[in-house]
Formats: sequence, structure tokens, C-alpha cells
Amino acid sequence: MRSLFFQILLVAGIGFFGYTIFQNTLHNLEQRGISTGFGFLDNEAGFGILMTLVPFDETYTYGRTFLVGLLNTLLVAALGIFFATVIGFVMGVARLSKNWIVSRLATVYIEVFRNIPLLLQIMFWYFAVLRPLPGPRQSIKMGESVFLNNRGLYLPSPVYEQGFWLVMVALALAIVASILIARWAHQRQEKTGQQFHTVLVALSLIIGLPLLAFLLAGMPLSWNMPELQRFNLTGGMVVIPELAALLTALSIYTGAFIAEAVRSGILAVSHGQTEAAYALGLRPGTTLRLVIIPQALRVIIPQLTSQYLNLTKNSSLATAIGYPDLVAVFAGTTLNQTGQAVEVIAMTMAVYLVISLGISMFMNWYNKRIQLVER
Amino acid sequence: MKKIHVFASALALTAAMTSNAFAGATLDSVKKKGFVQCGVSTGLPGFSSADNKGNWSGLDVDMCRAVAAAVFGDSGKVKYTPLTAKERFTALQSGEIDMLPRNTTWTLTRDTSLGLNFAGVNYYDGQGFMVNKNLGVKSALELDGASFCIQAGTTTELNLADYFRANNMQYTPVTFDSSDETVKAFDAGRCDALTSDQSQLYALRIKLGNPDGAMVLPEIISKEPLGPVVAQGDDEWFNIVRWSLFAMVNAEELGISSANVGEKMSSSDPNVRRLLGLEGIKGSGLGLSDDWAVNIVKQVGNYGESFERNVGAGSSLKISRGLNALWNKGGLQYAPPIR
Amino acid sequence: MTEHTPHPDLAPPASAVGFVGWLRSNLFSSPWNTVLSLFSIYILYLAIPPIISWAFLESTWIGDTREACADTAGACWVFVKVRMDQFMYGFYPESEYWRINLAFGLLIVLGIPLFIKRFQHKGKLAAFILVFYPIIAFQLFSGGNFGLEHVETSRWGGLSLTLVLAGVGIVASLPLGVVLALGRRSQMPIVKSVCVVFIEFWRGVPLITVLFMSSVMLPLFLPEGTNFDKLLRAMIGIALFQSAYMAEVVRGGLAAIPKGQYEAAEALGLSYWKSMGLIILPQALKLVIPGIVNTFIALFKDTTLVLIIGLFDLLAIIQQAFADPDWLGFSIEGYVFAASIFWIFCFGMSRYSMALEKKLHTGHAR
Repeated sequence: MRSLFFQILLVAGIGFFGYTIFQNTLHNLEQRGISTGFGFLDNEAGFGILMTLVPFDETYTYGRTFLVGLLNTLLVAALGIFFATVIGFVMGVARLSKNWIVSRLATVYIEVFRNIPLLLQIMFWYFAVLRPLPGPRQSIKMGESVFLNNRGLYLPSPVYEQGFWLVMVALALAIVASILIARWAHQRQEKTGQQFHTVLVALSLIIGLPLLAFLLAGMPLSWNMPELQRFNLTGGMVVIPELAALLTALSIYTGAFIAEAVRSGILAVSHGQTEAAYALGLRPGTTLRLVIIPQALRVIIPQLTSQYLNLTKNSSLATAIGYPDLVAVFAGTTLNQTGQAVEVIAMTMAVYLVISLGISMFMNWYNKRIQLVER
Repeated sequence: MKKIHVFASALALTAAMTSNAFAGATLDSVKKKGFVQCGVSTGLPGFSSADNKGNWSGLDVDMCRAVAAAVFGDSGKVKYTPLTAKERFTALQSGEIDMLPRNTTWTLTRDTSLGLNFAGVNYYDGQGFMVNKNLGVKSALELDGASFCIQAGTTTELNLADYFRANNMQYTPVTFDSSDETVKAFDAGRCDALTSDQSQLYALRIKLGNPDGAMVLPEIISKEPLGPVVAQGDDEWFNIVRWSLFAMVNAEELGISSANVGEKMSSSDPNVRRLLGLEGIKGSGLGLSDDWAVNIVKQVGNYGESFERNVGAGSSLKISRGLNALWNKGGLQYAPPIR
Repeated sequence: MTEHTPHPDLAPPASAVGFVGWLRSNLFSSPWNTVLSLFSIYILYLAIPPIISWAFLESTWIGDTREACADTAGACWVFVKVRMDQFMYGFYPESEYWRINLAFGLLIVLGIPLFIKRFQHKGKLAAFILVFYPIIAFQLFSGGNFGLEHVETSRWGGLSLTLVLAGVGIVASLPLGVVLALGRRSQMPIVKSVCVVFIEFWRGVPLITVLFMSSVMLPLFLPEGTNFDKLLRAMIGIALFQSAYMAEVVRGGLAAIPKGQYEAAEALGLSYWKSMGLIILPQALKLVIPGIVNTFIALFKDTTLVLIIGLFDLLAIIQQAFADPDWLGFSIEGYVFAASIFWIFCFGMSRYSMALEKKLHTGHAR
């Protein structure tokens, strides 16, 4: 009874609280003559954005700037998660290495980078990377197709011509076939103990089949080369220094935390497992891969999840160096040009909440899957 | 249980606060707290910048001081909130600051749908470009394909886009939160040109590693009337800010300066006497004391003094009056009469 | 029959003991290891000498002006030296620096007994530090009473502001976090879901947007005319954000307490609050002290974000110094200085937390 009463009171309290805030906001907005609603998303934006993954110019709408910012955020988060995981696993294993100097180096890396604020690291990388690079006219060249200067790293971009879909189909087929072969090989090994060179076969399939299709279709691919104009290089693809700096800082910083998670995960696996594996005649590398890591993953995954979440949220620090992510473009320029602070910030927060929940759900699902392996 | 207590008290507090009245609120609240909360830039020499002791000065800062002098008779009763371009309107809309003299351009959108009111123009400006001399560029029209360092959330971003669209040229925008970062990136070679209001370009040029290596191009590609802004919905406060500016301009026109305001009190010119609150409507229309304009001139100076001290000959920027000369001296500064 | 006398053990081969042996077993035990070791040594060779010569051998320490650094190839620490007061105290009036020093000195003096094993009244002292010390410190910082000159929060800055933000954040978020953690483990479904939503919301959004909201948008949500200090609003934002993380740490502690403890407390007839306050929380909080310290480290690093909303913490004030026309081009020195200060604090605290973890661990091992 008592608990019911308290809960009703709590709901009423929160309801009243929310209602008051809502009323206050409406009243304040009206009082100050600020228009409300999401109609502004259809207006023409009128400003340019440094890096866009979808077509964008000044004539597109504010709604489009939301999409541009979102995609840039997702890009840096996805790349960051990939690199941080690689760095983290390598460094975590290196820290436990028997090689004295390697383990010391890994320790120094972890202790240095995890104890310095990320914002400082981002700024440091940005200006440390930018300053020493030459201007576009003195670019560091690799042949006539790759250029590095203080405007970014310029690479040739592929141009798909007619018939390229054949290659894509071949690639898809090869991947499906590889998965099937892997399954079959796994089942056969369970039953008979015979091993099959899955990796080799899959690799040759995935490379060979599309290559064959590519040749048959008459090589429907050309390259768009970056070319030096009066001021900048045009054409090709460019990795802008803002992205490079942000990505470097995010992966190195988060990598240090992941390394710690990996180390604690590996230490949590009882030493008897290693000894048993050695007794079976497995080599150290194989032991690590087949025995230790799969068990350590159960300890690592929850920590990994929270690091992935942190990385995604931390990518919003992009605004400090001008990488056009969601916070910089949408909650920055768009907010300022339209003045719709409440709507814009609400949308921005909602996006991060959805991404966070998405990552959590995926990692929980993955965690459950590996927990099932336990017998 | 504890939690419910917390909530209950929070609610009681909220309810108590909800009963606050509004009309004419800004002047009352300013008087009650005893200072004007003024939104300024995070550091733009000549307009608003803090020295290493945290003391603010500049043309825009003088606007705040003038309002404080008019309201309190003491130009020191100002608190400054440094804001980036991105934060400034939200801060004003939300009531965090009372006024915003932060080199802000007067546009239709801002005046109407953002809930803002521009109280006047304290600096007529236009957007220009700064480039490195060794680029060999003589005109903005030669900048096709160049990349530009810009401050995010400004009219500059929009003008630049318009200009290149109109002239059918390509450009790459590189945007930063603060003007300091913009300069730093330009200095590091991240972009070919830095674009901003022309007055700012001179101020920013001093911050370059090698100021002589950069030059400001002659083109002005936009109209940038900069002025103090207040939130919509409080006409009384709007009038005070607007007429504080006009008082400074009128004082210059009438030849009243901080040095001679004492003597001018005995002047027989009715225009001077009205400004100084000796006859006519005095301070009553604004809800201020009669010597409001005297305090402004005495403590802050007239418009010309403020200009020369902060951005003109008496400063390191050495910007000429140009458009900002008085109307009768070939400029645009024209204030309605006080009568 | 002769008695079998075993041959005395030979000394291990020279290559397995001593320095050479250590090298063999630690650096060159296999071809792969040898390659790794040589590669690492090469990297060290590339990195260490230039850094040392830049930071120490060729750097300039003496002087007060930019000219002192005119012809050095290394770092110009004069820049940091000249600005040191500002980096530490922000725009705080110089004549009042002693107040900040006194406040932090007091904290250190009060804090020392907590680390002395034989000291009896740790609980009381800790409560004093958590409840009364903030009031004293606030009086010292802000002034306005007892004949102290009032110093506005807009003049606070530098390292002292960083420490204040972090300190307030942790002190304010701890009780809130405890309440949320209890709520999340509550039997009452509505209380539980409210707490879950609250925690997950704050954990899901970036701190920047929280700070932006609290610094410029908060007055929109409040009744007309209510307004309070910008620093205070930033603190509220940080505290709410941090309380969600704190709640998760405390929840971990609550979950680690054996069920028997809960049942025993109930069997004694203690009410919910009594059993929590007297039995469960003291044990749980003790368990999670390392976690709390780690949260504090994260918070300490996160305070740098206030620079985006225009507060002058250590990093912001250093950045601002870069724009001084008299001292252009010393950003690397500034960043390195900021990094080392943050590093010393964070590394120190993480060592402390690890030591605690070890100590507490042995206490609970059976």
C-alpha cells in the first residue's frame, strides 16, 4: 500500500514537473517571439559544409544538414570503433607479453594516453598534424595519384562504369559461398575431425570470383585522379585533416581503455587453461586465439560496450576542431542560423540516445551469443 | 522517501517561482541584481576583448558600459558573458544575458523569427577576405577553388556561399567555433583565405605569426550593419539600449565629450541642454534619471571618442572612420534628435 | 657397496643467468620476439632523444620576455612561467590568491588524517569534509562575507576552477548516484523504471550537449526571470551527468553484497532505509571506492569540456594565452604543460585506486 502511494506520488510529481517545464518553455518562447515547430527543416540552408557523404550544396535544406552531420558522426564513430578495437587488442596482449620491452612500451602507452583529457589530445593532434605538412603546391607525392598536404590526403576515387554491377554480384556470391563452405567445414570437423583450409578457399573465392567478373565485363572501372588546381587539388577522394586528427585521438584514447579491458579479461581466464592448451600441444599463438580470447571475451565485452558508447559520444568533441559532425553542423551552424535551439538540441540528443541504445542492444545480443558457448 | 521529499521541495520551489510577473521585466531585474549582464565575444581586439587581468574593453564593451551608466549612473556595473557566435542568440533568447553587443549583423531573419530586436548600428561593416601575400591574389574573384576559414554560425558563412554562387565559382568552407581557432588554422595553412567582417580582419591579422605576410583584399562582398541586440518583447529595455547608443552619437554631433561635458552643462544651446537632461523630456520617457546621458558621456565618452580609443587612431587597429563617420562628415552615423 | 654420491649440480650456463640470461629470456627468446624487441628499441631510439633535447637540453627556462627564447631550438618554458599565475588562478585578483591557496591547503590538512591508519574518527572527518568543507571553501572563493572582497565566478579560472568543478561534481553526484542506484534495484516498478530511464538518458547523451543545454538553454525551461550563475549551471549539468555513472558504480557494489546481508538486516526488523543506511550501503560503498575514484578521474578529464561553453578552466586559459600577440607560436609548450598537469593528477589517482583495490581485495578474500 505504502509503496503504491509513493509511486503514485512520484508519477504525479514527475508529471507536474515535466508539465511545468513544458509550459514555461512554451510561455518563454512565445514571450520572446520565437517560432516553434519543425517547419524550419524544409528551409534552404544557404551555407556550405566541408565534408559531405551525400550530395550537398547551399541549396539543400536544413533537414539535409541533419543528415550530413549524422552521417559524418556515424563515419567517425564506426572508423574509430574499428581502429580503437585493433589498437586495444594489440596493446592489451602486448602488455601481457613475455617480451620485457614490448610489455613496458604497451604499459607506457596505456598510462600516458588514458590519463590525458581527450579534448586536449584532439587539439594536439590537429595542430601537430597540420603544422608540419606542406602546402598544396609542395604536396608530398606518391606517384602522380596520391598527394599529402595540409589540406588532407588525396587519393584517386573509383568511377564505376556500366557493367560494374556484375562484379558486385560476383562479390556477393563469393561471400555467401564462403559462409556456406565455412559451415560445412565446421560440421565436417565436428563429425570426423578432418580439417579444411576454409580461410584459403574463402579468400581465393572472394578475390577470384569478382576479379573474373571484372575481366569478363571488360574492366568497367576507371579512376578519378586528384589534380592540382590553382589553390587546391580537385577530384579524387580526400581525407581531411580534421577527420584524421579526430580519428587518431579517438582511437588512441579509447584504445588505451580497451587495452586495459583486454588485459583484465585475459587475466581473468584461469592459468590452468593455458597450461592445458600447452599440454595438448597447441602453440602460444593458437592458444591465445582458440582458448584464451574466446573465454576472455565474456569479461571483455561489457567493458568494450561502454567504451564503444564513450567513443561515439566523444566524437561530438569534433566541434572543437571543426570536423563537421552532427554537433558541429546541426547543433552548431543550423541551430544558430535558425535559432530553433529547443528543437535542434532535442533532435541531437535523440540521435545520440538512439545510437547508444543501438550499440548496447547489439553488444548485449553478441554477449548472449558467446555466453551460450559456455558448457 | 528521501527522493519524494526532494521532489516535493523542488515542486514547491518551482510553484513559487512561476508566479513571477513579466511586464518591463528586464529593467526591473537589471536594477534588482545591480548590474547589466552583457554578452560579448570570446576575444576580438577593438570590439570586445579581455586583458590578462580579465578587464574587458572595446567598442562593443563601451555599449554595455553606456547602458550601465544610463541605468545606474555607474559604467562599471556590467558583467560580461563571453559567447561564441553559436551560443549568442540562444543566450539572449533564454534571458541569460540582458543585451548582446557582439559584432552581430542585423538581418531580417534574426530580427523577426529569432525573437531578437536590433537596437541600432554601432559599426557599419562589410565582409572581406584576407589572404597570404605569396598567393599572388589581387581580387576575390581570383579565388575560384580556394578554401576558406570561417567562424561557424555567422552571416559570413551565408554571404560566402552567396558570393560564390553568384559568381559561379567553387569554394571549400572550413568552419571553426571561435575566431581564435580560425586564425590559428589560417596561420597553419589549412585554408587559402580567411573571411570575416573587414573590421575583424584587421584585428585578427595582428594575431598571425607573420602579420606582414598577409593582406586584406579590397572587395567588400556584403553589408554588415553590426549593432547591439536585445530580446523581443520588452520595449522599455529596447528603448534604453537604443537611446544609449543614440546619446553617444548625438553627443559627438553636438561636440560634447567626456572632457568638456562639465562646461557644456552651462551651455545655452537647447539641443545640448536637452541631451544633458536640463530641459525637455529629460529621463522620464525612458524611466531613467535625468542625468542618464550625462553619465554616459562622462564615463564612456561620445561615439567618436569610443571609436578612436578602441578601433581608430588611438588603438593598434588604426581603422579609419569611413562609413562610421557622422552623417554630416560623409558617413552613415545618424541619430534621431533628442527632443 | 659404495654409497652413491650424486654429482654436485653444475652452475647454470652463463647464457641463462645474469644480464645475458635476462636478455635471452625477456627479449630474444624466439625469432619473433627478437624482431619485436629490435623494432621497439628502434622506435625508442627515434622518439626519445629528440623529445629529451626539445624539452630539456635545448629548452629555455630563464627570462621574462619572448626575446629570451629568440634563438632556442627547444621548448620555451618561459611562456609557461610568465603565465603561471593565470594558469593556476585564472582572472582571480592577485591580492586574493591566498584565499584559494588557503582553501586547498585546508583540504590537504583535513584530508591527511584519512590516510593515517591509526586515526579513529575517519567517518566523522569524511562527513565534515563532504558537508562543511564545501561551505567554507565557497566562502573563501566567493567572498562577500567576513570582510572578504566578493569575487565573481566569471573571474575564477585555471587549475583552481578545474579542481572546483571536479570536486563539486563528485560531491554532488555521489548522493544522487546512491539514490538512483537504490531506485534501480527497488521492488517498486515505477520507481525502478524512472531511475532506469534517468540513468540511461544521461549515459546516452554527450556531455557537450548537456553543457550547452545547461549553459544557454536552461533559462528557457525555468519560469520567466529566474536566472542563476553560469558556473553553477555548468556544475548542475556535470553533476546530473556524473550521477548516472555514479549510480552504475554503486549498483555494482550493491550487487556484490551477499544476499544474506539483506536477509539478516530484514530479520532484525530493520526498516528499508535503516537496513540500507546501516548495513548495506556502508559495505557497498567501501567496496566501490576504487570505482568512485575511477569515475572521479573521468570527471576530472571531462571538466575540460567547459571550455566549449566559455568557462576558463586550465585548458581554456592556456588556449586563450596562445592568442596573445606577444606570445604567438608556443602552443606545443602550452599543450604539453596542460597534458602533464592532467596526467600527474589522473595517474596519481589511478595508482591510488589500484592500491585501494588491492587492499580491499585482501580484506574480502576468504
